[in-house]
Amino acid sequence: MSDRIPILRIGDILVVSVQFDLEDQTVLNLQEDLADQIVAKSAQGVIIDISALEIVDSFVGRMLATVAAISRVLDARTVVVGMRPAVAITLVELGLSLGGVSTALDLEKGLAKLSRSTSTGPR
Amino acid sequence: MVKRDNAVDLVGLLSVEGQDLAASWVGEVTGSLGGRVGAAELNRELRELYEALVEALRKGATDVHSEHMSEVRAHLTELSRNRARQGFSPSETAVSVFALKRVLEPVLEKGTADEIRAYLRLARILDSLGLFTIETYTQTRDELITAQAEQLLELSTPVVRLWDGVIAVPLVGTLDSARTQVVMEKLLQALVDTGSEQAIIDITGVPAVDTQVAQHLLKTIVAARLMGAECTVSGISPQIAQTIVALGIEFDGIVTKASLADALKLALRRSGVDLVAHTGAQR
Amino acid sequence: MTAPWTADEEPQVYAVERSGDLVHVRQAIRALAQRCGLSLVDQTKMITAASELARNTLTYGGGGTVRAGLVSANSRRGVGAVFEDTGPGIPDVEQAMTDGWTSGGGLGLGLSGAKRLVDDFRLRTAPGEGTAVTIIKWAR
Repeated sequence: MSDRIPILRIGDILVVSVQFDLEDQTVLNLQEDLADQIVAKSAQGVIIDISALEIVDSFVGRMLATVAAISRVLDARTVVVGMRPAVAITLVELGLSLGGVSTALDLEKGLAKLSRSTSTGPR
Repeated sequence: MVKRDNAVDLVGLLSVEGQDLAASWVGEVTGSLGGRVGAAELNRELRELYEALVEALRKGATDVHSEHMSEVRAHLTELSRNRARQGFSPSETAVSVFALKRVLEPVLEKGTADEIRAYLRLARILDSLGLFTIETYTQTRDELITAQAEQLLELSTPVVRLWDGVIAVPLVGTLDSARTQVVMEKLLQALVDTGSEQAIIDITGVPAVDTQVAQHLLKTIVAARLMGAECTVSGISPQIAQTIVALGIEFDGIVTKASLADALKLALRRSGVDLVAHTGAQR
Repeated sequence: MTAPWTADEEPQVYAVERSGDLVHVRQAIRALAQRCGLSLVDQTKMITAASELARNTLTYGGGGTVRAGLVSANSRRGVGAVFEDTGPGIPDVEQAMTDGWTSGGGLGLGLSGAKRLVDDFRLRTAPGEGTAVTIIKWAR
């Protein structure tokens, strides 16, 4: 199985909404696709919406951190939005604090965060 | 055969012709409770119990936990639970049972040797029924205490909205691990429900923290960050500051403010609100 | 190893042979956790721990099985799961339980992290004889 999660584009921002429990291969595919798309679309930002996810284990957590790191290298910013309270508590207990990953409560606040960071950047 | 005779003796003791022993019993108990239970209610409770007891004895029951006593136990449980809820003491509850012994006491003076033996056997049964009452009473009180503790936990951890996008939890009293965990979950859920990006944890009213509680607070702050919100801790007392340093708890990367007011000012600034004082407003 | 709890029912066995099996393990544990009445946070912790351990079974043990079911002890109910493989085993358990230590290129949070997420954690392993990890989360 090699499911691929669709990547949407709004202006210079890529938006991914994860809607179901992911297989490891799908997670890896997403990481790869995002890296390709950031370059192909010269995206300034990436938003990963995980509000539908009931579980984030260290594998998915690592993907989020890696995508954030890759996008930084490619001069884009990644914001992870919509993490559920139970998921956040579990990740902290697991020992995964996702340092270096920007977060926002929901998609709207994530978009606002990205536009703030691009408009206040060096002019 | 012997068993049956016993039963008849015991029943005979409780159903003397021309005497309403149940009425004397009710009278005895009413005196001891000082009228805090309605006369009609008490009359009903004890008469039902009395009938159930006579019935159980007629079937030859001597053990409180036997099947024939189930009716008696049900009545006693109801009685004990009611007394526990109404705030009576354990003695006031058990006296309802023991009063029956006192009602039967005249037998000891005027009764035959057989009747006295029957009285002693019945007294033993009544003793164990009395103990059963106290056990049920204690159990009910325990349940009440547990329920109240849970209610208190709910009440003592309010999450309040201070401003659009700013929520706060004012913590008062001793924090233990269980309570801190409840606070943590309520705070994080409130962030989602209110769409707030700023949270203030005010511990002005907390006398002391231990390592575990401090760890829970730290985890809450990290979890809030994972969800996209920022936390500020305000009202850290000098004692708690000393504890934190003495225990070697890492408080790095956590924003602290002396007072709730300072924390609110910071939270507002972070959410893009400017506070401007009108000229002339200050005297 | 005698366990101080009893299984409430015959545990279901799930194979862990391909990475796609992890999804099934997570679903099975979720169903059990909901049936047991675990709080939302406890459900999430249990499923996450199971996901970590099942991935260990696959990555380090070369595949194996998960046995999961409801358990009880001292009038408490809980969800229990045993992750078993016949792989190389863990030579240094203490080291493997340390945060950040990994032999498989991961984050090294699998074992120690999973332990923090559950109420009961037992590890039985010997070099060359495989690994068995038992976890339980009790309903509060």
